[in-house]
Amino acid sequence: MKTLKLKPVLVNAALAGAALLAIFPLLWMLSVSFMHNGEASNYPPPLLPSAPSLDRYRELLKSGGFGRAFLVSLSLATISTLVSTLLNALAGYGFAKLRFRGRDTLFALLLGALVIPGQVGMLPLFLMLKQMGLVNTWAGVLVPSMASIFGIFLVRQYAMGLPGELIEAARIDGAGEWRIFQAIVLPLLTPVLVTLGVLSFLGSWNDFMWPLIVLTDGNLYTLPVALAALSREHVQDVELMMAGAVITVLPVLALFLALQRYYMQGLLMGGVKQ
Amino acid sequence: MISRRTLLASAALPLVACAPREAPLRFWGMGREGEVVAELLGGFQRENPGIAVQVEQLPWTAAHEKLLTAFAGDATPDIAQLGNTWVAEMAALQALSPLDEQVATSHVVQETDYFSGIWKTNVVDGQLLGLPWYVDTRLLFYRRDLLAKAGYDHPPRGWAEWKDQLRALKRIGVPNPLILPNNEFEPLLALALQQDEPLLKDANTRGNFEGAGFQRALGFYLDLLKEGLAPVQSNQQIANVHQEFGRGTFAFYITGPWNIGEFKRRLPAELQGAWATAPLPGPTGPGASTAGGCSFAIFKRSHRKAEAFKLMEYLSRPEVQGQFYALTGDLPPRKSSWAWPALTSDPHARAFAKQLENVRPTPPVAEWERIANEMQTFAARAAAEGSSAAETAKALDEDVDRILAKRRWLHERGRA
Amino acid sequence: MIRREKLTQMAFVLPALIVIGLFFAVPVLLGLLLSLTDFDLYALVSLKNLRFVGLANYIDLVQQPIFWKALGNTAYFVVLGVPLSIGLSLGAAVLLQSPLAHLKPLMRTALFAPVVTTLVAVAVIWRYLFHTRYGLVNEALQSIGLNPIDWLGDPHWSMPTIILFAAWKNFGGNMIIFMAALQAVPTDLYEAARLDGAKTWAQFRHITLPALAPTTLMVGILTTAGYFQLFAEPYVMTQGGPLQSTVSVLYLMYEQGFRWWNLGAASAVAFLLFGLIVLVTRGLMKVANRGAA
Repeated sequence: MKTLKLKPVLVNAALAGAALLAIFPLLWMLSVSFMHNGEASNYPPPLLPSAPSLDRYRELLKSGGFGRAFLVSLSLATISTLVSTLLNALAGYGFAKLRFRGRDTLFALLLGALVIPGQVGMLPLFLMLKQMGLVNTWAGVLVPSMASIFGIFLVRQYAMGLPGELIEAARIDGAGEWRIFQAIVLPLLTPVLVTLGVLSFLGSWNDFMWPLIVLTDGNLYTLPVALAALSREHVQDVELMMAGAVITVLPVLALFLALQRYYMQGLLMGGVKQ
Repeated sequence: MISRRTLLASAALPLVACAPREAPLRFWGMGREGEVVAELLGGFQRENPGIAVQVEQLPWTAAHEKLLTAFAGDATPDIAQLGNTWVAEMAALQALSPLDEQVATSHVVQETDYFSGIWKTNVVDGQLLGLPWYVDTRLLFYRRDLLAKAGYDHPPRGWAEWKDQLRALKRIGVPNPLILPNNEFEPLLALALQQDEPLLKDANTRGNFEGAGFQRALGFYLDLLKEGLAPVQSNQQIANVHQEFGRGTFAFYITGPWNIGEFKRRLPAELQGAWATAPLPGPTGPGASTAGGCSFAIFKRSHRKAEAFKLMEYLSRPEVQGQFYALTGDLPPRKSSWAWPALTSDPHARAFAKQLENVRPTPPVAEWERIANEMQTFAARAAAEGSSAAETAKALDEDVDRILAKRRWLHERGRA
Repeated sequence: MIRREKLTQMAFVLPALIVIGLFFAVPVLLGLLLSLTDFDLYALVSLKNLRFVGLANYIDLVQQPIFWKALGNTAYFVVLGVPLSIGLSLGAAVLLQSPLAHLKPLMRTALFAPVVTTLVAVAVIWRYLFHTRYGLVNEALQSIGLNPIDWLGDPHWSMPTIILFAAWKNFGGNMIIFMAALQAVPTDLYEAARLDGAKTWAQFRHITLPALAPTTLMVGILTTAGYFQLFAEPYVMTQGGPLQSTVSVLYLMYEQGFRWWNLGAASAVAFLLFGLIVLVTRGLMKVANRGAA
């Protein structure tokens, strides 16, 4: 007779329960987004739509400006990712493998600056951008995210592990630094760059406070800002809000599912910041 | 503020007839009015095919913030709807363009046709900086059938009678006879404006909330909450105001003209005769209320001032104001418009006409929006914690004095 | 020759440094400067209205009751939220690492998903789930015979709701870190303990926990520093209410800065917060070092 072992049951039940609690809000969001107006505000509140429809999505995409906001978020996140990954890669490699005066002190300074919360500089940055005429523009939204200390740190950590002899050999052969970077270093850095790219894309897509401050015109909004504006205005329209939330969350969830290995890797590398 | 359930309006609506290449005229509208304005613009576009208008619709909860952010970031629109208390604020920031010249040569806008009290709130330092769009005040909306059941056949004529009526309603089982949402400052403000003492003193550089007037108003307000005649709740906790009014969860509500339209629309037909409006009761008789409303204003930084004024003119035409009234229930600022059958025959609007003859302005300082919010925050806390009107008023004055410190300094140097 | 080489090498780091310098370092320094003035809307109209006030903003700030309320709210959030979040992360990591668990990749993905989602979107979702009348949470409470709670409208429950929300949203991140740390613990230690007759719980207490100590400390410090920067949740879910029970220090900065445009005062709040975070994290590290010694 097989005795029923308690422990495996407990462990798996606890795990499944926790997992369910973790994703339940997201499942509910999906379910409500297909409901009719006012269906969710019934007593008792329903779990599933009685007659699923795409009407809420149509409303948002047609007249709610969410289609445009989606494209805005997509474009800004892509540009931000490409530019910042490049700049961070260059700098990370530079701090790891190139020797110039003050390199280590400079890097220590950068690391120290990681402690400073980003919001400290937001207001003065806003005023600076005003002087440059960048308030209420997409350039204004992008500009602060084009390089990041954390990104440089990640690349540097990884680059330090690259074989120095390869690079030295190329130098002796007379290759210039750019050539070395392009032909040898970049291919080797690919894994960390993918990780960095995923982190940057997610960070830019989810960014809320800065675009909220910089953008005043509704037709320039990114998805999180558009959703926040909608939620202030249409407090009672749950189904509409949920459809908006789905549009905002689904792309990043999909990206995460596809590339989760790289994302978690990045977290680990950042976490073990010894 | 209660958000109103409406069709989802466009966040931005470029109405391009002839695809002009230049940037569209940017108009910022707020709340329901912002949604409705887009519908009114069809006629304007037909007459002015070369002017594209982009309507930005802002929720009231974010509008003030967005205006100031736009001002700070040099990103103001061409023309905006401004609450008339905000006109003074924007004026103090020198953000608005004077309209005197344009009004003087206009055929549509005649100063003499406007209520002089309302017109005056838009004149700062001798310059006209806003053109009134609609007027607004707060008064009582009440369930006259429930009041009759409680034994009264007329709305309250003074604070004392009002309290008696509320107590009577409680006795017949109305859970919350009056609702005073703790995140709306207008009711307390109206009670405070009914007093003889001003809210700020010393050329509006110091708070006067410790004065007898405000303490009386605050005391009355807190008493209502303490006695359980009004619940200690925010308007979000009340969920659906219109539904609850229909269900008789509350019998009195202090709100504005847009709710005439809302209640007509949302309450079932059999209840339409059961509610009515009435002017606010004052301490000893009929009371004053807030002199609200919105104006159009053109920003100094706009490059399209002439076109912006054309838009203002169009929206100020009596016929267009009539359309606007039909869509929103917002009341026109032009005396001639009050002769419309729609308004003279509407019994609910009559109370507003009466109240509008007894409205008082708020102090015209740039910090007023903040001070009004602080006032309500302190009152809400006092209600929740059970503090007295005297201690609350003292703390409030300390806070307001600090808020006005800069203004005091500027005033001493003759700059404010 | 050598100089050109050095220049080229510096050119690698230059673009990133320019961006960071111009759009981070300079604003931070400007912020410090602003905090010593009374920069506000009047100053935006004309710089003649600007005054240098030294430390007056800071002194003024600590004399305002709302500052202490914000500080109290933030401290409440940190003191309750950090242990909760770390506890959940550790628990989930231990479960996932257990050899008895099935479907690990699926479970891990599900547990981690909240971290990736957009805060604004999930805050809106939670607001509805915790709605007093139509929310599923109260529905569940009532189905087991408890009274419904006014989660976001009652000043006593608003911050706990936000703490719960933050824990749900963030526990996945630290979970991954704990998982990596758990994997690094040599299995023969567990073997030896098992042979000695130690039960699971004893193994956990005497092997796992001590081995995880450095990771726990690091995670604790990072989470604490992050939690002090509470802002987006109150902004989206409660607007600082009800009755200012969810006004955090950063929310106060946002109000002062972006609602009323008192940039001088707002910058003072930001720097005060920064100083506080540094103090607390230093304190945590000292306590941990003393404990380890």
